[in-house]
Amino acid sequence: MHLLAIDWMFLVEKLVLIVVIISVSLGVAMYSTWGERKVAAYMQDRIGPNRAGPLGLLQPLADGMKLFMKEEIFPASSNKFLFLLGPCLAMLTAMMTSAVIPWSSPLKVSGHDVPLQIADVNIGILYIFGVVSMGVYGIMMGGWASNNKFSLLAAIRGASQIISYELAMGLSLIALLMLTGSLSLKTIVEQQSHGLWNVLYQPLGFIIFFICALAECNRTPFDLSEAENELNFGYHQEYSSMKLGFYLFAEYVNMFISSAIMATLFFGGYNIPYVHIADPNVAAIVGGLALFAKTVFFIFVFMWIRWTIPRFRYDQLMRLGWNALIPLALLNMVITGAVILWLKK
Amino acid sequence: MNALTNKAKAVDRRPMTWLERIYLWNIAKGMAITLRHFFKKKATIKYPEEKRPFSPVFRGTQVLNRDEEGRERCTACGLCAVACPAEAITMEAAERKPGEEHLYREEKYAARYEINMLRCIFCGLCEEACPKDAIYLSETFAPANYQRKGFIYGKPELLIPDPKTQPEEYAKAKGQH
Ligand code: SF4
Ligand code: SF4
Repeated sequence: MHLLAIDWMFLVEKLVLIVVIISVSLGVAMYSTWGERKVAAYMQDRIGPNRAGPLGLLQPLADGMKLFMKEEIFPASSNKFLFLLGPCLAMLTAMMTSAVIPWSSPLKVSGHDVPLQIADVNIGILYIFGVVSMGVYGIMMGGWASNNKFSLLAAIRGASQIISYELAMGLSLIALLMLTGSLSLKTIVEQQSHGLWNVLYQPLGFIIFFICALAECNRTPFDLSEAENELNFGYHQEYSSMKLGFYLFAEYVNMFISSAIMATLFFGGYNIPYVHIADPNVAAIVGGLALFAKTVFFIFVFMWIRWTIPRFRYDQLMRLGWNALIPLALLNMVITGAVILWLKK
Repeated sequence: MNALTNKAKAVDRRPMTWLERIYLWNIAKGMAITLRHFFKKKATIKYPEEKRPFSPVFRGTQVLNRDEEGRERCTACGLCAVACPAEAITMEAAERKPGEEHLYREEKYAARYEINMLRCIFCGLCEEACPKDAIYLSETFAPANYQRKGFIYGKPELLIPDPKTQPEEYAKAKGQH
């Protein structure tokens, strides 16, 4: 009886957390579309959306409504099931990563610790890589099921790009893991609460990780699976209405999650340096806001880069991935290992 | 060879330095430029609320003018229609009846006067041709309509408001000049 009661509590707690986290990520992704347009406009000396609501803040709703009202089109010879599965998979993989991110320090509800993390698994980083690599299937399925040669080509390009940058991404994190000695994101964050942020120990690792994150999210300058000037409109060319919306939306969710991961791994997660709050509930809220602010900052940097740098050529992209980032990541590993050994002596 | 203007720039063909080759530094420079634009004054004019001031010779849609007493100036001579290179103007003349002297300035007037705005190229030749100072190109410039027939402007659309009975509308239609 006792066991059962605890299980119920656990279930409710997690369900509430899942709903909250999903709605927050969807909300942030929605408003990123607005933010992206505003950032683009401001960088081009324009004003951007300002008609729907104050400052154009209702623009995402208007966009969503428009996407819902567009006509559903299926290419005549496409595989309908896979065609629908593609965008769902892209969205799903983008959302699933949020499960292992510690959003803040635990809340205290009637003497009971409620962790603000859906699953504190000790292989958090491995889980992230596992899920993120599934994102390729969303792209491949979309490209394949459209039964369009251009879409297929774009999907193949996107897949090879994502796979090559995942390698460099993984390698860039190994040095960090050598420092922290743990794969659990919670442990990594807590280690940073005592000392300094990981980015100070691993600047090269962070730069590599950041570039790879850009490529993983298919953001400019690495948006070659879109490449509308060579490949019509990339792997989602045949998609219309909300199916296209899902693909585009998944990109923004991805951006949010990878910004959160970057803030967690390299920038102390929910910690604010030299600030210690005694009350656990206040600490949790402030910490959550701190992580949120860091995440929003990274989202801004993503957009900033997008509206500054032109798209890479495909061979340049591959060369950067294989000839620059992977060797650099290996070098970073060697240096970190050597320093750790030297310190131990 | 002498350059015609002083705008020509010599192409820098020096090989890239190490700093330029690793590319990151130049990305940072580019990002600094875009960030600076982020805080610059915006060049946008929020159109329906703010309007761009026009030059005095701006040619917008036509108005049919009235004289100081509010009488229509046009005498339906047809010179504007002849001058129009796009053949956008048609009209029908009518004779002024006794008792209508306060409406029309001359004995002949245009009972129907139409300009097809889909044809008009806003050249202003009608304005130049008119001997009676009756047709002017105003500062209104954005005619919009849902149907083609809405673009055939008749007298109700063209005739300027009466300066005596509607002085405010008249001033507005006349613009600053
Ligand atoms: S502006 Fe030119 S084209 Fe237009 S009605 Fe007058 S004469 Fe014709
Ligand atoms: S607008 Fe002028 S030119 Fe044209 S018919 Fe009238 S008086 Fe003649």
